[in-house]
Amino acid sequence: MASSVGESAPIILAASRVSKSFGEIPVLFSIDFDIRPGEVHAVIGENGAGKSTLIKILSGLEQPTSGSIIYDGQTVVLPPNGAAEAMGIVLIHQEMNLAEHLTVADSIFLGRELKKFGFLDVREMRKRAAAVMETLHVHVDPDARINTLSVADKQMVEIAKAISRDARVLIMDEPTAVLSVGETQTLFEQIRRLTARGVAVIFISHKLNEIMELAQRVTVLRDGQLIATVGTEALTPDSIAQMMVGRELSNLYPPKHEPDVDAPAVLTVRNLSAAGVSDVYFDLRRGEILGFAGLIGSGRTAVAEAIVGLTHRTGGDITLDGKPVDFTRVVQSVDAGLAYMTKDRKGKGLLLNMGLRPNLTLLTVKKHLRAGFLDSASETRALERAVRRFDIRARDASVAVGRLSGGNQQKLMLGKTMESEPDIIIMDEPTRGIDVGTKQQIYHIIAALAAEGKSIILISSELQEVIGLSHRVVVMRGGRVAGVLEGAEITESEIMRYAAGIKQSGNDERISA
Amino acid sequence: MSASAPDTAAKPRRGFRIDLKTAGPLLALALLVLLGITLNENFLSYSNLTNVLARSSFIGIIAIGATFVITAGGLDLSVGSMAAVIAGVMIMVMNWLIPTMGIGWGVVLAGMLAGILLGGVAGVFNGLMITRGRIEAFIVTLGTMGIFRSLVTFLANGGTLSLNFNVADVYRPVYYDGVLGVPWPIIVFAVVAIAGEIVMRRTAFGRYCAAIGSSEQVARYSSINVDNVRLLTYILQGVLVGVAVLLYVPRLGSASSTTGVLWELEAIAGVIIGGTTLKGGYGRIWGTVVGVVILGLIGNILNLQSLISPYLNGAFQGVIIILAVLLQRERLTS
Ligand SMILES: Nc1ncnc2c1ncn2[C@@H]1O[C@H](COP(=O)(O)OP(=O)(O)OP(=O)(O)O)[C@@H](O)[C@H]1O
Ligand SMILES: [Mg+2]
Repeated sequence: MASSVGESAPIILAASRVSKSFGEIPVLFSIDFDIRPGEVHAVIGENGAGKSTLIKILSGLEQPTSGSIIYDGQTVVLPPNGAAEAMGIVLIHQEMNLAEHLTVADSIFLGRELKKFGFLDVREMRKRAAAVMETLHVHVDPDARINTLSVADKQMVEIAKAISRDARVLIMDEPTAVLSVGETQTLFEQIRRLTARGVAVIFISHKLNEIMELAQRVTVLRDGQLIATVGTEALTPDSIAQMMVGRELSNLYPPKHEPDVDAPAVLTVRNLSAAGVSDVYFDLRRGEILGFAGLIGSGRTAVAEAIVGLTHRTGGDITLDGKPVDFTRVVQSVDAGLAYMTKDRKGKGLLLNMGLRPNLTLLTVKKHLRAGFLDSASETRALERAVRRFDIRARDASVAVGRLSGGNQQKLMLGKTMESEPDIIIMDEPTRGIDVGTKQQIYHIIAALAAEGKSIILISSELQEVIGLSHRVVVMRGGRVAGVLEGAEITESEIMRYAAGIKQSGNDERISA
Repeated sequence: MSASAPDTAAKPRRGFRIDLKTAGPLLALALLVLLGITLNENFLSYSNLTNVLARSSFIGIIAIGATFVITAGGLDLSVGSMAAVIAGVMIMVMNWLIPTMGIGWGVVLAGMLAGILLGGVAGVFNGLMITRGRIEAFIVTLGTMGIFRSLVTFLANGGTLSLNFNVADVYRPVYYDGVLGVPWPIIVFAVVAIAGEIVMRRTAFGRYCAAIGSSEQVARYSSINVDNVRLLTYILQGVLVGVAVLLYVPRLGSASSTTGVLWELEAIAGVIIGGTTLKGGYGRIWGTVVGVVILGLIGNILNLQSLISPYLNGAFQGVIIILAVLLQRERLTS
C-alpha cells in the first residue's frame, strides 16, 4: 500500500516526548510522533483525547510545555500564529478559520497575495483560485463571499487554500466531518496526488473507514496518552475502535424496535416550498426514527429550517398532531414540542465565549425563573443532569464552550436541545465530529427516545448511521423528495441511487403507504 | 511559569491572576483614591466626594443603559444630544404649564414625566430603525445624534432655554438635597445600578442581551426574539437618559445647544473601562459604575492639585480607556 517514498525517506517532522498543559490541566503526556514525506499518518482518539492539541503543537500554534519538535532533523521552535506556513507546515483547522467577509479568491491568497507593480493582481488571483477549485470539483464563484457559502463549501475553500500553498507537511483536522461521500473522495484524490509528490499528510478523522483507506500509519491517543502507532495493514476498524476507547465496542447501533405502522402521524408535511426546496412531503409517526439522506445541498437542512420557522415558507401545509400549524418564529415550534438541532454548532448552536451553563439553558431560560429571576441552582442541576446523561467532559463548567473539544461541544448542544423536552426532534448531523464510543452512546440515546414515544427526524450524511437507525428513510435530491424507503429497501446502494437521481419514486403511492 | 513545574502549587496563583483581571477597574479606582488622598487632604472630605459622585451620576445612569445596549452588540451615540433635547423639552413643558397649573410640584412632576416619556420615544425610534429598518446602529444613532442636537438648538433659537425662576426654586432640591446628607442623584444612581446589576445577572432579559451580543445567529436558533430584545435595550437606554436629565435640569435650570455635549463618549468610555466588551456578549454593570467614577475622579484630582494642568483631563481619561482595552484583550487571548 504505502508508496516507496514513505518508507525509505527520512523523517520530515517529529514530536519527541511532547507534553502540554493548559494552566495546570495536562492534556498531552510525553507524546512521540513522526511523519515521512509521501506518507499519510492518521491521528485518532476519543473526543478530548488531545488530537487537535497535538497537531497545533506540530504547526506552531501552541508551544509544548515540555519536549521538542524536530523538523528536517533539527530541533526547532516553530514560530507562532501560523508563521510556520512559510516553512512548509500548513494546517487546516478543525474549526473553520475563514474571514467571513472576504471572497473565495481573497481567502485562498490571504497573506501571500499576488502583486503586479506593487498592486494586488486581482485577476490573476481570481484565475488561479478558480483553477484550484476546479481541481477539487467545487463549483463556487471565486468572487462569492465566504459567509454566503455552505459549511461544506467553506471546508473545500479551506482545503483549496491549504493545497495551493507549497506545503511539505499538510495537517488536516477532521476535514471530512462536514463533507459528503463524493466530496470526501475528491479530497482523497487530491491528497494522493500530493503524497505522490512527497508531501507528508497528517490526517485526523473519526471515520475509521476513511483512515483504513487513506493512511499508512495510525497513531492512537487516549486521554492525552500515546496508546500506539501502528501500520494500517495490521488493523481492522474494530481493532482501532477498541484501542481508541479502551474497551470492546459491540453493537454500534442499538436493535431497531419494530416500528408501529398504526401509530398516528405526529407531523405531516405536504407540498412544502421554501428557498432551496419545493414540493416536499413526508409523514412522521409517533416513536419513529425517520432518516433524511441525500447529498450535501440536497435541501435537507432547508426543509427542517422551514418547518420550525427559521426561514420563510413560501407554500405547503404542515400539521402537528393533526392540527395545522404555521411557525414563523422558532419559539412557537419549541413551545409546540418540536425542536431543531442545527448542524452548525459553532455558528448557530453554541455561544463559544460563554460557559456550559448559559449555553445549556439558553433555549429554556424561562424554565429556570423563580419569581421572575434566574435560579442559578436550578440551572446547575440541569447542567449536572445533562453532563451525566450525555457524558459531557469539561474540566469545569465555567470554561468557555469554545475551549471544549469538538465532540463535547456536540454533546452539549444535544443536551441543550433536549432541555426543551421536545416530542419531535429534528437532529441535523447529530454525530458530526464525535468519536465512535460517543457515537454509540448517542445512537442509544436516539433509539431510547424513539422507544419512549418521541419522534425523531435524523438528517445525516453518514449513510451507515441513517441505515443503522432509521425505520424509514426520505431521500432528497435537488430540493425535492426523490424517494421514501422502508424496511428491506433501506440499503446503501438504494439510497445512493435515489440521491444521485438514477432512480425516482413513482410519487404519490408512497405517501399513503 | 516554568515549563516543567509540577502542577500542584499552581492553583492559587492562577486564581489570583483571574481575579486581577476582573478586579482591574477596582484596583485602578483604589489607586486613584490613594493618589487623591496624598495630593490633597480635602480629597476625602464629605463635600468633595459627594460633589464628584453627584456629577458622575448623570453619566453613570446613562452608562448603565449603554451597558445593556453594548452587551447586546449595539451602540447608541445619540444619548448626549438626546439628553439636551429632553432637557430643553422638559423646561419648555414646565414653563408652558405654569399658567394652567401654577408654581409647584405638579408642574415639576409633569415635566419629569414628559422627560421620561420623550426618552422612551427616542429609544423606540432608534431601536425600530435598527431592528426593523435593519440599519447599522452606528449609522442610525449618528443620525439621531445630529437630529437631536439641531433640534435643541432650534428649540432654544440658538440660545438658552431657561426654566422659570420660581419653578426652578421648587425643583432645585432634587439635585441639591437628599436623604441623610446623600444627594438625590447619588441615591438614584445607586438604585439604578443595583437594579441594573440584578437585571443583567438574574433575568432572562440580561441573559438574552449577552447571548445576542455574543452571536446573533445562535440567539435566533435558540428561539430568542432578537429584534425585540434589541429594541428593549434602546428603549431602556432612552428612559435612563430621561431619568438622568430630570436630575440634571434642577442643577442649572437651563438647556442649550451645548448641554450634554460628549456625554455619549463619556458613557461609552465608562462602560469599556468597567470591563464590558465593546463588541458585545459580555456586560458588567458594577464595572460600569466603577468606570464612570474613575472618569469623574480623574477630573477631580486634576483640579485638586497644581502640578499638572487640569486641561490635560481628557488626555488622562484617554490613557485610562486604552489601558482598559489592553487589559480586556489579554483576557480574551489568554
Ligand atoms: N486553549 C485551551 N484551554 C484549555 N483547555 C484546552 C484548550 N484547548 C484544548 N483544551 C482541552 O484539551 C483537551 C484536548 O482537546 P483537543 O481539542 O486536543 O481534543 P481532540 O482530541 O481534538 O477532540 P475532538 O475529537 O473532540 O476534536 C480537552 O479536554 C480540551 O478541553
Ligand atoms: Mg479536535
